[in-house]
Amino acid sequence: MKITEIKGHAIVLPGNDIDTDRIIPARYLKEITFTNMGNYVFFDERFDEQKNKKEHSFNVPKFKGANILIVQKNFGCGSSREHAVHALQKFGIQCIIGESFAGIFETNCLNLGIPIVTAGQAEIETLMKFIEKFPETKLKISLIEKNIQFTGNQISLKINESSQKAFLTGTWNSTQIMKENQKEIQKTVQKIPYLNGFIQKV
Amino acid sequence: MSENTLFDKIWNQHTVKELPTGQTQLFIGLHLVHEVTSPQAFQMLRENNWQVSFPERTFATADHIVPTNNQTRPFQDPLAETMMNELEKNVKEFGVKLFGIGNQNQGIVHVIGPELGLTQPGMTIACGDSHTSTHGAFGSLGFGIGTSQVRDVLATQCLAMNKLKVRKIEVKEKLSLGVYAKDLILNIIHELGINGGKGFAYEYCGNAIEQMNMEERMTICNMSIEGGALIGYVNPDQTTFKYIQGRKFAPTGKKFDLAIQYWKSICSEKSAKYDDKIKMNGKDIEPMITWGINPGQSIKINQKLPIIVDLPEQQQESAKLAYTHMNLEEGQKMEGLKINVAFIGSCTNSRITDLREAAKFVNGKKIAKNVQGLVVPGSVAVKLQAEKEELDVIFKKAGFEWRNAGCSLCLGMNTDKLKGTELCASSSNRNFIGRQGSPKGKTVLMSPAMVAIAAIQGQIADVRKYAKEITQAIN
Ligand code: SF4
Repeated sequence: MKITEIKGHAIVLPGNDIDTDRIIPARYLKEITFTNMGNYVFFDERFDEQKNKKEHSFNVPKFKGANILIVQKNFGCGSSREHAVHALQKFGIQCIIGESFAGIFETNCLNLGIPIVTAGQAEIETLMKFIEKFPETKLKISLIEKNIQFTGNQISLKINESSQKAFLTGTWNSTQIMKENQKEIQKTVQKIPYLNGFIQKV
Repeated sequence: MSENTLFDKIWNQHTVKELPTGQTQLFIGLHLVHEVTSPQAFQMLRENNWQVSFPERTFATADHIVPTNNQTRPFQDPLAETMMNELEKNVKEFGVKLFGIGNQNQGIVHVIGPELGLTQPGMTIACGDSHTSTHGAFGSLGFGIGTSQVRDVLATQCLAMNKLKVRKIEVKEKLSLGVYAKDLILNIIHELGINGGKGFAYEYCGNAIEQMNMEERMTICNMSIEGGALIGYVNPDQTTFKYIQGRKFAPTGKKFDLAIQYWKSICSEKSAKYDDKIKMNGKDIEPMITWGINPGQSIKINQKLPIIVDLPEQQQESAKLAYTHMNLEEGQKMEGLKINVAFIGSCTNSRITDLREAAKFVNGKKIAKNVQGLVVPGSVAVKLQAEKEELDVIFKKAGFEWRNAGCSLCLGMNTDKLKGTELCASSSNRNFIGRQGSPKGKTVLMSPAMVAIAAIQGQIADVRKYAKEITQAIN
């Protein structure tokens, strides 16, 4: 599936270094499917022990139904659990804008078809303030033009080059493509010493 | 761009093809699987009617969800039992070898790989777990991956990857008495930042690293990911070869000699080019301790906690949150802080040398009243070895619980959890909010020796104050 642009409302989640243990606590990783993960997103930050709602962006009525997430620095650090991305995706998130992201998290997002785009600190802060004030704002993120457009404004975005290509050409799910390269895989196997009794071929 | 480093050599050797996106299709030499991140991947294989393409290069174990006290089946937690059943079903259906509960080779995936001689220099290794970086201690490339990538490796034995940059971290001069590999890596993370390694592979070198045994090197590489580096590695040397020799899956006889030749050939060249270089002195490293909610929020044990406004702007907000969560104040000391739980375990520090070092400080002593102490060996093999050396007796006499192999209190998804606002002195690798199973629980990361001291004193203390006395007594 090609992904060229994402339109919708945004949810503002301030804070640096938000780790995947916070996005989804480990006790919710005990299920053998990803089906219910949307129910657990930011669980301990959204609910107290009695399951009463706490103050959190994902609980705020004005952000309800939003599909674009705006975050700050080093979002998604820590555990490689893909459950974190499924939790966000099943909650409704289709694209994440931030200052920076942790590596494995970014790869997990790519593999699930969630574009990760970045902008500078000042731009993100401005955007966050604007959406806080006008949560009904409609945003359009263009992966072709690498920008975000809203109410006559425009902010340019950065996206990893190979990710951009993957989304625009619909090749972000690369299993099938890699599977088809059987000949090349076999050739590689031939030249790896530890797969051939440590005999090194030049 | 880096050239002629171990990273470059292994990368080139395992490159299958350039993908349409510009990513590299990289062949994976060893795939380690565990129960939590694999069921969904196996299910996707089933849905697509795919097989595991290299089952003989794939090994599974169970570690995260297993109870470490009572391991009789069915497990008391029905979800844990279901997950275990699922793994057992999957390995059977797809022809993958499992070191399950009751198997002599079971343990934390990053402990058993090296221990069984599966982990070898020159390999690309993948596992659906971020601490796969551990395996880099052997001069391999260990990639922590998500579940979609687990599916990719199962189905194709390949990963689609962007090439990393290489940062050389050279540590001169040996660490001082009472200072451990854990302190060094906590210091590196503190200096370079928890996202400072993004897009990088860390190459650790210098005589401080060369003098370390394999288990210390594993501790260092293990926590590379906490500094944002996907992988960390050490060039293989005699210490590496000696460790591997004789292990279950290690090459033998003539093949072992050939293997050494190969392993030597993949080391970084003297003339190698790096994208970045950093130097440190081992002598300057002091025992480190975390005070916050990420592994970069750490101080030297005798330092005072930072004043928020003195921190770089981008760290301030997170520091504020940390102070609230940890119930600590700016300017205070960590030394003397009361603890509730002491945990010696995890893929960072649960190997035999870790247990031996901790036992030295525990020997003949009792843990403080009101402190719960937990020693969780990283594998069945570590447990048996420790019992042979009667380390278990030392720990039990002191009042520690002696457990079976597993991740245990490192993360809250098995029966071991912090309760309420308990504070845990922990030899693990992550102090994220809620990590140890209680949303309000507090984690303080440190070396296993320091956890041992904290357990006995009932409070956080400087291990160096005891180290001299202990070493003298032993010598
Ligand atoms: S010990 Fe902790 S960090 Fe290591 S694999 Fe287990 S849960 Fe992950």
